[in-house]
Amino acid sequence: MNPEELHQLAEQHANTRTQIPHRIRVCAGTSCMGLHSDQLVSAVQRELKQHGHEKTCRVSGVGCMGLCSAGPLVAVDPDGILYQHVSETDISAIVASVGNAPLEQLRCPTDIPFFTHQKRVVLEHCGEIDPERIEDALAVGGYTALLKALTEMTPAEVITQVMRSGLRGRGGAGYPAGLKWTTVAKARNPRKFVICNGDEGDPGAFMDRGVMEGDPHRMIEAMAIAGYAIGANEGYFFVRGEYTTSVKRLRKAILQAERSGLLGANIFGTPFSFTLEVRIGAGAFVSGEETALIASIEGRRGTPNPRPPYPAEQGLWGCPTLINNVATLASIPPIINHGSEWYASMGTPNSKGTHVFALTGKVAHTGLIEVPLGTTLREVIFEIGGGIPNGHSFKAVQMGGPSGGCIPAEHLDTPIGYEDLQRIGAMIGSGGILVLDDTSSMVEVARFFMEFCMTESCGKCVPCRVGTVQMHNLLTRISTGAATTHDLALLESLCDLVQHTSLCGLGRSAPNPVLSTLRYFREEYEASLTSTPSNELIPLTARPPAPPTNGPNGKGA
Amino acid sequence: MKAARIAPPSDDKRWRVVDATMRRHGYHAHALIETLHATQESFGFLDEDALRYIAATLGVALSHAYGVATFYRRFTLKPRGARHTCVVCTGTACHLKGAPALLDALHRRIDNDPTNPPVSIMAARCLASCGLAPAVVFDGKVVGNLTPDLTIERIEKWLSDES
Amino acid sequence: MPSSVRVKTLRIDDLDVAGDEQQTIFDVAIEHDIPIPTLCHLDGLGAVGACRMCLVEVTNANQTRLQPACATPIEEGMQIVTNSPRLQEYRRMILELLFAEGNHVCAVCVSNGHCELQGLAQSVGMTHVRFPYHYPQRSVDASHRRFVVDHNRCVLCTRCVRVCDEIEGAHTWDLMGASSQTQVVTDLNQPWAEAETCTGCGKCIHVCPTGALFEKGHSVAEMHKRRQFLPYLRAMREREL
Repeated sequence: MNPEELHQLAEQHANTRTQIPHRIRVCAGTSCMGLHSDQLVSAVQRELKQHGHEKTCRVSGVGCMGLCSAGPLVAVDPDGILYQHVSETDISAIVASVGNAPLEQLRCPTDIPFFTHQKRVVLEHCGEIDPERIEDALAVGGYTALLKALTEMTPAEVITQVMRSGLRGRGGAGYPAGLKWTTVAKARNPRKFVICNGDEGDPGAFMDRGVMEGDPHRMIEAMAIAGYAIGANEGYFFVRGEYTTSVKRLRKAILQAERSGLLGANIFGTPFSFTLEVRIGAGAFVSGEETALIASIEGRRGTPNPRPPYPAEQGLWGCPTLINNVATLASIPPIINHGSEWYASMGTPNSKGTHVFALTGKVAHTGLIEVPLGTTLREVIFEIGGGIPNGHSFKAVQMGGPSGGCIPAEHLDTPIGYEDLQRIGAMIGSGGILVLDDTSSMVEVARFFMEFCMTESCGKCVPCRVGTVQMHNLLTRISTGAATTHDLALLESLCDLVQHTSLCGLGRSAPNPVLSTLRYFREEYEASLTSTPSNELIPLTARPPAPPTNGPNGKGA
Repeated sequence: MKAARIAPPSDDKRWRVVDATMRRHGYHAHALIETLHATQESFGFLDEDALRYIAATLGVALSHAYGVATFYRRFTLKPRGARHTCVVCTGTACHLKGAPALLDALHRRIDNDPTNPPVSIMAARCLASCGLAPAVVFDGKVVGNLTPDLTIERIEKWLSDES
Repeated sequence: MPSSVRVKTLRIDDLDVAGDEQQTIFDVAIEHDIPIPTLCHLDGLGAVGACRMCLVEVTNANQTRLQPACATPIEEGMQIVTNSPRLQEYRRMILELLFAEGNHVCAVCVSNGHCELQGLAQSVGMTHVRFPYHYPQRSVDASHRRFVVDHNRCVLCTRCVRVCDEIEGAHTWDLMGASSQTQVVTDLNQPWAEAETCTGCGKCIHVCPTGALFEKGHSVAEMHKRRQFLPYLRAMREREL
């Protein structure tokens, strides 16, 4: 494909869209699919056919629209009228209303803060386009950033834009993306790789899934731009095995892009060639760690290795490798299209741009949201999230999953930023925001995450493998009221040990949920201690509870 | 390229899928996980014959293949016994909204069943359907906003359909 | 191998030292008689940095980190502390965790008196274990004609896995499972006697730091391990290169 063809195609597809005045979008995100929204798509198709509306109205299954708690969601364009909790029996009325007055009883208001307070950059086309059609992606400007990068910019200029945008890694650590790109670009090796880390495994996080499912072509475009910038011609999507829809859509999108000449040899007639493959994770949380992820792609046990060497110097098959999170990469095309200054104008001085979050827990509106960094937690929970339902009150918000921490009410006005949250003992993490109300026990929350880390430990280094079992045991003792002050002291010294001596990030961050709940809710721990130290040993379970499993045998044989 | 390839353990047609996967990756050792995926999907589990065949074809050590097959949770070494599967999400949001109660109810209902449990109950890491919390996958279909009663209702339906 | 060796200078404890850039902190420390405790590391085998006993405080460019000495290449200007009170406390706790994890009963062990785990515990002054013992149910495989693996005493250092793969080239051993369920296995987790890839060379026996791998015919405290072959083999291989 050459540049003119891309413009022509984009125009042509945009025109086709305008020729059919109406469109019904059915959310085919995971949450709505769980409520059988796929059946709604076929119901709309049937209905349109039956009434001969096929020429004036089309139907698309689209990626996540965001407000999962109101699903299944259906939208009618061009007015963008949104319907909530739609069932199959509502479809004929919805189809009949197209071009007429909207159905008030089903309507989901779109002027609520949940929609108006968001700033969608990464998610701009999620929920708008049919992710399984490249035509839809082209019609909204897909691949124009790649065209711009390849034909108007040098690799160094692309990196400068990423550097100046202030974009930081969205996987959790917040490492400046531009710096990472520079390191790999400077590595002297004829063979390099780009890997998109889509092994999203934090419980309560589904941002990456939303993007990969909702706008797969953007991911391909971003990978190709990254490859061009750092001098790599091969890339891998490493996707969590449970995300079958993401895998399916990415594979389909790769095929479409290859057929259109947007992947492969001499893209846009330039000397740049790029190929992409999807690798499916086999079910190990630790595979999200960069060195473990590389081991997984290489067909080995996904256990982390000491750094240095860093993957940027010696990664996949010993070659310099750039590993970026899904949301990091998805921010690249708009940065190239609109410029780094535009991106850097959003956010705070140290945390620029927007961030996608998965808002869940005891909050009225749950779902996928995107806000500029610097937005306060209060805005996210009480405006966008609509506050705490069922007459309960806010107690804490857990951010960053098993690696993150709990934030109490007194810090609700903290702007969401990497350093801002770190200062109060939490972290952005990968983007899960879990709201807890007054019915939640903080010791239990800490125990829940420790159980996760214990079963997800790869077993390689001693502090994480054994320390998490011991900490889980102590937390269980505390939550059952069998622990003494001595146990609490032991727990704290274990936190210190595991945090500082573990091999990888999983182990080093495993104590975070305990440390942050101890910091703000110590009285809850102390209240459940027993004053009489008994010599009676609570038997430590010889084996930890069987790890949650997708197969009957668990991890072991 | 290795000269002679060993034959699959049986003339089961599903081995073609496994062979095709290994061929696509040039019979490289790094195709191990992809090949195990293909085998797991085709046969539902990885038995000793499969591991031996794959290890020999890809030129990896038996213990290495075994180590990889037991490290990752998606691989299982034994076939599923039950006729139905019921996977309870134990992600944070589901946990908070009552997943433990669902598991309890399920275990009470099924474990009391004397022989050969018809339903295999499993717990999964976050299904990323937090908007539906608590969610359960009944035979591959996600169902959300469940209560213990609603969950048992579905199980009873399976059981009554069978009898 | 590069023709010219680049030399880096650094400071370990109170000593200014130099080493070539291919060396690790541990290599350089040993050359200068600075002891650093190790468990999973063994001269002649690839480093994995798993046991965390050899962690040292490394200050470089005003940042202090704990790094495994066995797996960290030296860098110009590094300031290294090998034995601070904090490191001593961490090492003691790591050993306590190991003792709590397995079933280590020195009094009845073939390696009593010659055990690296026991030796480390003595050298760091570990007098008792503060953590509850796991008392795991683990098996003993005595099927092999000459050798025994007692999983109760295994600390998962993976020396046997590495020596079998890197030196003997048999790769009979590997790890199975994950988290606290990890275990060493022969071939497809078969009884050792049935593991067809095992050459019976016995290298794994002699690199094992504890009594987890031993030769039959030895009673309590009788199992002495001989590892002279490793540096010798490594030297021979380097000469060939």
